[in-house]
Amino acid sequence: MASVTHDAVHERTAEKVRAPQPYSNPYLAGIGLGLVLLAAFVLVGRGLGASGAFNSTIAWVVSLLAPAYARSNEFLGGYLEEGTHPLKAWLVFEVVGVLVGALLSGLLARRVAVGVEKGPRVGVGSRLVLAFLGGVLMAVGAAFGRGCTSGQALTGGALLNLGSWIFMMCVFGGAYAVAWFLRRQWR
Amino acid sequence: MSAPFYKLGAFGDEASLIVAFLVGIGFGFALERAGFGSAKKLVSQFYLNDLAVFKVMFTAIVTAMLGVTYLSWTGFLDLGLVYLVPTYWVAQVVGGLVLGVGFVVGGYCPGTSLVSTATGKLDGLLFVVGFAAGTLGFALAFPLVKGLYTAGDLGTRTLPEALGIPHGILVFTVVVVAVLGFAGATWVEKKMADRAAAATE
Repeated sequence: MASVTHDAVHERTAEKVRAPQPYSNPYLAGIGLGLVLLAAFVLVGRGLGASGAFNSTIAWVVSLLAPAYARSNEFLGGYLEEGTHPLKAWLVFEVVGVLVGALLSGLLARRVAVGVEKGPRVGVGSRLVLAFLGGVLMAVGAAFGRGCTSGQALTGGALLNLGSWIFMMCVFGGAYAVAWFLRRQWR
Repeated sequence: MSAPFYKLGAFGDEASLIVAFLVGIGFGFALERAGFGSAKKLVSQFYLNDLAVFKVMFTAIVTAMLGVTYLSWTGFLDLGLVYLVPTYWVAQVVGGLVLGVGFVVGGYCPGTSLVSTATGKLDGLLFVVGFAAGTLGFALAFPLVKGLYTAGDLGTRTLPEALGIPHGILVFTVVVVAVLGFAGATWVEKKMADRAAAATE
């Protein structure tokens, strides 16, 4: 009898160990995120970002394929400085850190698993096409906005930057305006 | 003034890249902890049943804002040396709206798509590929869109400057609005949960 109870307890703990952990309290995660952002301000005098790293990467790729064109392109030219590698950029290194930090957190919480995030009423193929299209749209938005949710909304939000607050309000506005039409993908 | 350390010459370019990598680890870790590697969690913000995006984002904004405000008041941090993106309000209205639509279509923003990819989500990876393609497309089309890209140029300008409100008062206002927003968000989440429970009965 005693051994059965013992086994049952063991099994339950084993199950608990294998299941993904719940996400953090949003306020605790927010304070953590805010302190990382504050550290970036104090250490280097700039905030967080993500889209800028893509700009550097694309500028580098184009500079390999068509060097003269890349330098002449006004958008890409800004990411190509004479005498330094385009990938030797602050945001590129930061984004590599993001991948490492996310993987680390995911592994610790047992949340790393190959899969596709979607609602129950949409197929995997459609979801992947929409993910790609969303990425394209967001690249255009981030380019016009001069940053994304990290570089503008979060960083500029904390610095009370005028353009960042305008941008942030429009992000929420744009998303709420179309959420109803796209509900089949998620609900 | 002792900070920002890098801008005041405490360390060089190479060291700043190591700092970038370490800051990035903290950034990615915090986003994953919050659940922001999951598109379903992120877009729940726009269907009102889970407002964690708002809560995390505004807690982070308030934390960092109070931090820089305090450190600049004590004279430790020279806020004038912290990089501010210049305002092009017309371009940023358009960019914000397009980015918001892209958020619901794609399920991520650039930073969270990287978190999603790092934790194995294929839709996150496709989003990253789409973002790279979109960036390339924008660059190629730049001569055509340059007019809109530079529309609404107001230079480097902060919200206190634009509104003519002292920095400290605006900081206080943002904190109050955020706290009220958190209470409101929790209330909305509860209403939505009640409604969902009633619908399944």
